[in-house]
Amino acid sequence: MDPVIFLIQCLNAVQYGLLLFLIASGLTLIFGIMGIINLAHGSFYMVGAYMAFALQPAVEHYLGGGFVATVAVCILLTTLLGYLLEWVFFSYLYTRDHLQQVLMTYGLILVFEELRSILVGNDVHGIAPPPWLSGSISLSDVMTYPVYRLFISAVCILVATALYLVLTRTRLGMKIRAGASNREMISSLGVNIKRLYRIVFAIGVALAALAGAIAAPVTSVYPGMGNAILIVSFVIVVIGGIGSIRGAFLAAMLVGFVATFGQVFFPQVAGMLVYLLMALILLFKPEGLFHQG
Amino acid sequence: MTPRKRTAFVLSVLCLLAALPWVANDYYTGLIVKIMIYGLFAMSLQLLVGGAGLVSLGHAAFFGAGAYATALLSPESASANFFWLIPCVLLASTAYAAVTGALSLRTRGIYFIMITLAFAQMAYYVFHDTQFGGGSDGIYLYFRPEWRVGDWTLLNIDDPHTFYLFVLATVASIWAFLSVLSRSRFGAALTGIRINEQRMRAAGYSTFAYKFVAYLLAAALAGIAGMLFAAKDGFVNPELLNWEQSGLVLLMVILGGSGNLWGALLGAFGLIALEELFQSEAIFGGMANHWHLTFGLTIIALVAVMPKGLAGFMNKLGHRAQPGPASRSSLPHTPQP
Repeated sequence: MDPVIFLIQCLNAVQYGLLLFLIASGLTLIFGIMGIINLAHGSFYMVGAYMAFALQPAVEHYLGGGFVATVAVCILLTTLLGYLLEWVFFSYLYTRDHLQQVLMTYGLILVFEELRSILVGNDVHGIAPPPWLSGSISLSDVMTYPVYRLFISAVCILVATALYLVLTRTRLGMKIRAGASNREMISSLGVNIKRLYRIVFAIGVALAALAGAIAAPVTSVYPGMGNAILIVSFVIVVIGGIGSIRGAFLAAMLVGFVATFGQVFFPQVAGMLVYLLMALILLFKPEGLFHQG
Repeated sequence: MTPRKRTAFVLSVLCLLAALPWVANDYYTGLIVKIMIYGLFAMSLQLLVGGAGLVSLGHAAFFGAGAYATALLSPESASANFFWLIPCVLLASTAYAAVTGALSLRTRGIYFIMITLAFAQMAYYVFHDTQFGGGSDGIYLYFRPEWRVGDWTLLNIDDPHTFYLFVLATVASIWAFLSVLSRSRFGAALTGIRINEQRMRAAGYSTFAYKFVAYLLAAALAGIAGMLFAAKDGFVNPELLNWEQSGLVLLMVILGGSGNLWGALLGAFGLIALEELFQSEAIFGGMANHWHLTFGLTIIALVAVMPKGLAGFMNKLGHRAQPGPASRSSLPHTPQP
């Protein structure tokens, strides 16, 4: 394989893996800490992408426009959405068993998809990347690489680092980690566990929406985009070990590389390679790579 | 319900169902056939979920394997013969279950949910991405299979009424088989595994073997449901194996109330009836185009008010309406409200 093509594929794999990590980290936090199987997590990715598309005119009108402003508004709104949703809906799921959570969040997927269809419609829409990111870097005489993809990777690395620092260096992160390992203990120590849950959930939603918003210029927005990403994110959470951010990161990278290079080398069976990887890992590590507790 | 009342109830429901094609129009007959096939599919999953406590999110793989085996093995210009088709369908679905079951039963809980999903998605992509089964377009089945000995046709199911009765007989006999099975030693062992696997192992049961056999059996029955489905529509495509299909049948089991054989049937009935209801423009007008919204909200509301599913809800209603001697004697000192 030509080294330049190899480099391009590696960059693509890293970008895809990092993007998946943003979604899967929220999912694994919500599952590990709140014990909720949230099938609707893919919908938040979809909501983020569609907001980036639909809010652009409004943001341009009121705030003077700009891609970054749109993404910022989108994060703000989805954080609020996550906070409210936890309050009115998910907080009732803690006492239910996993099967009922699956059922109710499945219902939520249908609601989100249909609201999307009513509000924005069922067409596929492309989003242009901002002008200052729309160029490309030349890697050789004929090969170029779009700057926007590098930008996605950079944003993801930034957010992942911030997430790592918050979880390991701050008081909030300490509470979150404590909540993951022993829920009753931390609430008896006087931490408001309900508020903690609400914050964790809002963070998870915002991460997924951010992933959707910055991926939108590359993938365009289309119906059912949330479901496709949901299953892959669940695969990552399970490979990495439920509740483990580190595991999710490693698994996301693995999946990114396997999916990207699978498309190059084995296009016939590319779709199933990720699942094959998961089956193989679960055979040797039945509880994921970094199982906690 | 006393056992005798229950028998009478089941028999009268069967008679009503058998008489239906002579009363109802083709639309309702077709709808009931669809409900019965999905009911069979849900019952096979119920054996895993409610019986052994194994929540599988990849059950559609076996349904699809049965459907594809039917479509691929049927000759293009003649009917297949059920006498060899059924063993082949059973072989196809149990063979896939034997390989995947041996591997996935090593995991438990959410990991089991995910690994069954992974194996089903693998099967989905085999049919979706390769030309082996017609690719993403699927393949047609031009002639429904029939029962045949030599050149003599025992039963031809081309006629909608005959097909309806054939499906009804199949589903009813499998229902009878499963309810006998749940009362057998095997069923009791599965219940024991669901409640406390460690204790069952300590009591000397080879729990893996029990779970494995249940997995194979569930796959075989799902394969039969897939075969009936292929015969009904005369068409199979990879969407039959998709995770959304697995999710739908799991919904039926949960909505019906897991732990109950007739709950699975009730769940299939409820879910398909709701789908049809919300898609009907006569009732919902313009909202019929956006039926997922009402459907999703209804699912959420149903689970919120009926944590034990439809079956549990109806049991509760029955108890409230007539507090029988059983419920009174179990709570001797509680005054009746």
